[in-house]
Amino acid sequence: MVRFERRLNQPRWLKAAVPAGSLVFAFVVAGVVLLATGHNPLHAYNDLFEYGFIHNGALGETLITATPLAFTGLAAAAAFRMRLFNIGAEGQLYLGAICADAAGLYFGGNGGPSAFVIAAMVAAGCAGGAAWALIPGVLRAFFRTNEIITSLMLNYVAGFLLTYLIFESESYWRQTTGFNATVFPQGKPLPNSALWPMWTIHLRGGIPVPLGLFFAGLVAVILWMLYQRTRFGFEVQVLSDSERAARYSGVRIRRKILAVMAISGAIAGLGGASQVGDFTHSLDGDPNGLQKLGFGYTGIVVAALGRYNPFAVVVIAFLIGGLENAGNVLQGASFPAGLVGVIQGIILFSALGGELLGRYRIRLGRAAPAPVAPASGGEAA
Amino acid sequence: MNHSLLVVVIASGVTYGTPLLYAALGELLAERSGVLNLGVEGMMLVGAVMGFWAVQRFHPDTALSLAAGIGVAALAGALMASIHAFLVITLRASQIVSGLALTIFAGVAGLSSYLGNDLNLADQPAVHQFNPVFPASLRNWPIVGPIVFNQNVLVYASWVLVTVLIWYLNRTRLGLNARAVGESPAAADAMGINVAAYRYGHTIAGGAFAGIAGATFTLAINPLWTAGITGGAGWIAIALVIFSFWRPELCLVGAYFFGALQALAPELQARQISLGPTTLWTNSLPYLATIAALVLISIGNARRRLGAPAALGVPYTREER
Repeated sequence: MVRFERRLNQPRWLKAAVPAGSLVFAFVVAGVVLLATGHNPLHAYNDLFEYGFIHNGALGETLITATPLAFTGLAAAAAFRMRLFNIGAEGQLYLGAICADAAGLYFGGNGGPSAFVIAAMVAAGCAGGAAWALIPGVLRAFFRTNEIITSLMLNYVAGFLLTYLIFESESYWRQTTGFNATVFPQGKPLPNSALWPMWTIHLRGGIPVPLGLFFAGLVAVILWMLYQRTRFGFEVQVLSDSERAARYSGVRIRRKILAVMAISGAIAGLGGASQVGDFTHSLDGDPNGLQKLGFGYTGIVVAALGRYNPFAVVVIAFLIGGLENAGNVLQGASFPAGLVGVIQGIILFSALGGELLGRYRIRLGRAAPAPVAPASGGEAA
Repeated sequence: MNHSLLVVVIASGVTYGTPLLYAALGELLAERSGVLNLGVEGMMLVGAVMGFWAVQRFHPDTALSLAAGIGVAALAGALMASIHAFLVITLRASQIVSGLALTIFAGVAGLSSYLGNDLNLADQPAVHQFNPVFPASLRNWPIVGPIVFNQNVLVYASWVLVTVLIWYLNRTRLGLNARAVGESPAAADAMGINVAAYRYGHTIAGGAFAGIAGATFTLAINPLWTAGITGGAGWIAIALVIFSFWRPELCLVGAYFFGALQALAPELQARQISLGPTTLWTNSLPYLATIAALVLISIGNARRRLGAPAALGVPYTREER
């Protein structure tokens, strides 16, 4: 008989040992999956590490994947903190990209200074993402509608909208002139002043660092301050621990839900702005493009593994970014697509299970009878 | 036969609604015992790919092969659900996070896609598929023909399943015990009901139904495998359980309604009817309607969520109240 006893205090070594143990366990289990399907796990892991972080140019590619993941991870963390399960970062990112692209095309085309155009793109991206997130936010705040399902449903709608703008209409976002445009529909390229600057670290053949990564770092700092150092953050914490306690102490719950959804959506939208400004430089409406990458969903993994701590989220985004990037490079017969998702899922499962070991003590044997006589001894805690 | 748009949409609503129905009934079973499983989409996809694989692999004759496909799909779905069950029942992890993790692990970019690629299943038609069982003379009847008789055996089996579940949940000791576990695990425990065993059983059975729901896509509706073939149907099924007030018979109505909405897009396209940005709104319709239905239900139930098991989503520990 296995029993679990709640730990009253967590020893310090456990806080480090549990995540490390979960990670090792996850790779062992994923290795079993690999073996079962006829692949060599050691080879696979070595390749993943090699192409994620070591190989020439790998770090740059990893940063390109890590940047949007940092945004979607922070977006999920911001909402999940309050037990507001916004899983719509995917759609909010698309809307951010759509709005930021429009701003870039409009203000950049009018020949404004680059700093102004970029600021406009950032603002538009945040606004687009926040507006899209406020739909489930308002429904949750006023009607108590389950935000998990509504925010997820809107991901599909946002995807259809994205495809529609480029493939099924002659919209403002679509390139309509030129030879290529008639062969394959594509987004209108952004003018030069709307392209976000990129810096290069002169190491290992040059590692490009996108502007969006700095924004992500900034968002992490702001989010940490907001949740750790302000009244707002404290009230969010109370609300997440006990809605009743929050209500009795006068926290305005509706406002908190709206604010947190808007913040979460704005962060994801900023990720969308970074996507067009930093990387694609036009709106990517291809159902097999941006929509296949699933940054919003992977962001949930990132946030959960980072335990909703903004700084941890950025670090995990880098690690998961490396994993995703290596998966994309290696994709092929010996490295089937989807493997990276399997590994991520297993890591998430074992982190979840590992959390229990932090909170509970495992006891073998029958449940101890209520202590009657002091002499019974036996299983004293 | 040339049928009116309405008849065709209702008929394909039944076809498209069948996977929603199986998945929703499975989720309903799990939720009635108190376990919320948000991994339906992932379980469906793994069921879809494994069911398809089984049919491609074993084909002595059509019926046997399809039965194997459904069996393997149910097994795969059950296996996925057992991961969730272990995490939330034994380890008491958050049901929401574990369900999301299951969707990520098994879903579009995870295990289902890995298996599809590793077993080389993409871009080939199914060797066998479910076809309508009744003779053409019946199927050609006006109105009733296409809606009722032009369906495959999975559709009729789902009707039986609805009846069985209504009986099970209302008339059998097991079903009533399961509901007790979902409403008040502490009281059920005091009655001598094994809370964990009931929750495991119903969660895993729910996963098996989700697996069958997935196979309905790859073996009947669209007999081939592509990654993410379910397209969010698992999530619609979860919503369906909510707005059917956790009752099987209403699941059936809701499933066909949403199936009809899904059928509208291809049907309008085939008839070249366009009203504004047609692909955009017809594709979005099922998802937007899901949101609208959820909002309606939550307005109606603002005070008390009618029908929701009281202990839904709450882990049970005997010592902790």
